[in-house]
Amino acid sequence: MIGNYFSKKNRALLAELVRTDFKLRYQGSVLGYAWSLLRPLLLFLILYVVFVQFLKIGQGFPHFPVYLLLGIVLWSFFSEITSQGLSSIVGRGSLIRKIRIPRWVIILSSSISAVINLLLNLIVVAVFAVFNQVEFTSSLLWAPLILLEIYIFALGLSLFLSALYVKYRDISFIWEVILQAGFYLTPILYPLSLITHLTLQKIIILNPMAQAIQDMRYSAVTQETITAYGVFNSGWYRFIPFAIIASVFIAGLLFFKAEAKYFAENV
Amino acid sequence: MDDTAIKVENLSKTFKLPHEKYTSLKSAFVNFYRKRTYETQRALDDISLEIKKGEFFGIIGRNGSGKSTLLKLLAGIYAPTRGTVTINGSLTPFIELGVGFNPELSGRDNVYLNGALLGFNRKQMRAMYKDIVEFAELEKFMDQKLKNYSSGMQVRLAFSIAIRAQSDILLLDEVLAVGDSNFRQKCMEVFHDLKENNRTIVLVSHDTVQIERFCDRVAVIDNSKLIKIDLPSKAIELYDEINKGEELHETPSRKLKITESDEARLIPGYKPASIEATLKDKEITINLPFRLIRKLPEDTVAAITIENEEAHTIYAYTTEQDNDKFELKNTGRRQLTFTIANVFPEGRYFVDAGFFSKDRAITFLKLENFAEVKCEGLPQKEWLIRAPTKLHLK
Repeated sequence: MIGNYFSKKNRALLAELVRTDFKLRYQGSVLGYAWSLLRPLLLFLILYVVFVQFLKIGQGFPHFPVYLLLGIVLWSFFSEITSQGLSSIVGRGSLIRKIRIPRWVIILSSSISAVINLLLNLIVVAVFAVFNQVEFTSSLLWAPLILLEIYIFALGLSLFLSALYVKYRDISFIWEVILQAGFYLTPILYPLSLITHLTLQKIIILNPMAQAIQDMRYSAVTQETITAYGVFNSGWYRFIPFAIIASVFIAGLLFFKAEAKYFAENV
Repeated sequence: MDDTAIKVENLSKTFKLPHEKYTSLKSAFVNFYRKRTYETQRALDDISLEIKKGEFFGIIGRNGSGKSTLLKLLAGIYAPTRGTVTINGSLTPFIELGVGFNPELSGRDNVYLNGALLGFNRKQMRAMYKDIVEFAELEKFMDQKLKNYSSGMQVRLAFSIAIRAQSDILLLDEVLAVGDSNFRQKCMEVFHDLKENNRTIVLVSHDTVQIERFCDRVAVIDNSKLIKIDLPSKAIELYDEINKGEELHETPSRKLKITESDEARLIPGYKPASIEATLKDKEITINLPFRLIRKLPEDTVAAITIENEEAHTIYAYTTEQDNDKFELKNTGRRQLTFTIANVFPEGRYFVDAGFFSKDRAITFLKLENFAEVKCEGLPQKEWLIRAPTKLHLK
């Protein structure tokens, strides 16, 4: 069944759509693909100067610059997939009206360029980590699984949002606001230990993005990170973020499947 | 079933057009408990047909008859409301040439992208690339951006890729219109080859020349319904009749347009007058009822013009012409009556009238299409007026 979905034709289409996206993105710029590395590097430098040098957030926290960067990289991965995914069906409207292609390929292709960006960003983070003398431990092996978790969460949301956006064009503005709120509700710029109210801390970590980012920091940067596991002490509550992700993905997939039939006439 | 390529059974497609489109969440919430009202537009109504393998099948119909909707349903772009489409064999997924062409990419990149949309991977495309470019005769242009191509060049490129599609059934929506005669000749050869190889082609068009040239059988679609499936020459005859029938239907009356002022108004509830004149009527009388609110200056000018159906003004009169007295002093309900010699040939005429200040700077009242005159007479339209003529023989 899965093999059928990922037939040779669909894989070729996916690859070509991703390639086109990439080509168009850096078209006409002198440095071209170098920008995909240069851009995060420069943005990180600014953040580093502002938050670590000026504001002195996270002082005394081990490897805080890397800790901060990793959070930002993961969040922008999430935000890029969902906001690009949201507009992808409407953006390819002319295609959808005139050719029969599997609709999910469009969502997937828009997410893959975000994955490529993430990998490039992670290279930059790794460089920072080496400079910051972060010790790599065997817990780093968890990292791919955590990335997969974020990817599935974001993909599920994209499927849902993109189908909804075909009908209601307000969604893009609403999602923009939600992303902004989410950015501050998730411990990205501040360490979770800054929230001393215990109940509040528990609520924050139930957010799948908070759980994923904290777990990632735990596995890659420092084991002083507060994780969902740590907050709930192995209680069953720690599975709530995963349950949210699973239900979002399944609901998104079902909604997308039901709506996809009518994309051509509604878009 | 073996020699059938496409089987369509009782196919209907209805589009729901919400009266007020809920494209924003707010209106969806506000109107959540209110019943949504839809206008349903039936684009296709109970169509059944069978297309045989190796057939060049035409679909002909006027704009908005539903032929493109049918093609999209065959292609699987739309989902049917009722009925079924059964496809026996593989089907091209596109209905237009050059779908997904990106003007910012080079010709080369577009070939690969378009190929991927047809289901070819890079390796397969590389193998075909040379043939595609050669067939399109665009060897020198492949590194240029597509936006610098002429429309003919784009179609040539798109066509060259499309015919590589390995599918048994091709769906095409008016594609052969562009390209020079040389390229068209090549297209013909390709179509001939496709037919030889028992491939099936469905062509949708409203161009009878294309249809007659290529098709084995033609379906005529009108008003969302399948009228007939026949040989091209007979189907085109029927299609021409449908078109003619439409022309005979009277075009609707033109809309009354009113310009009023503080000085004069049309009486409320005025309905455009319809005046009929026979050949015997020497004169046509047109009444313009209005309400005068304020006295108008002495040099006010009244004017009337008459247009024929082709929007040519064939008659005009102003009170200035003959120094006719036109004074409007008494306010209240008034009526201006024009009596015009019946000099018109058979046809429908539309009347504009009004009054203005002498320099035309102020419009007191202006009525466009406020009356329609139907003239009977000699069925002759070569001349514009019948001037009263006296014959004197010496």
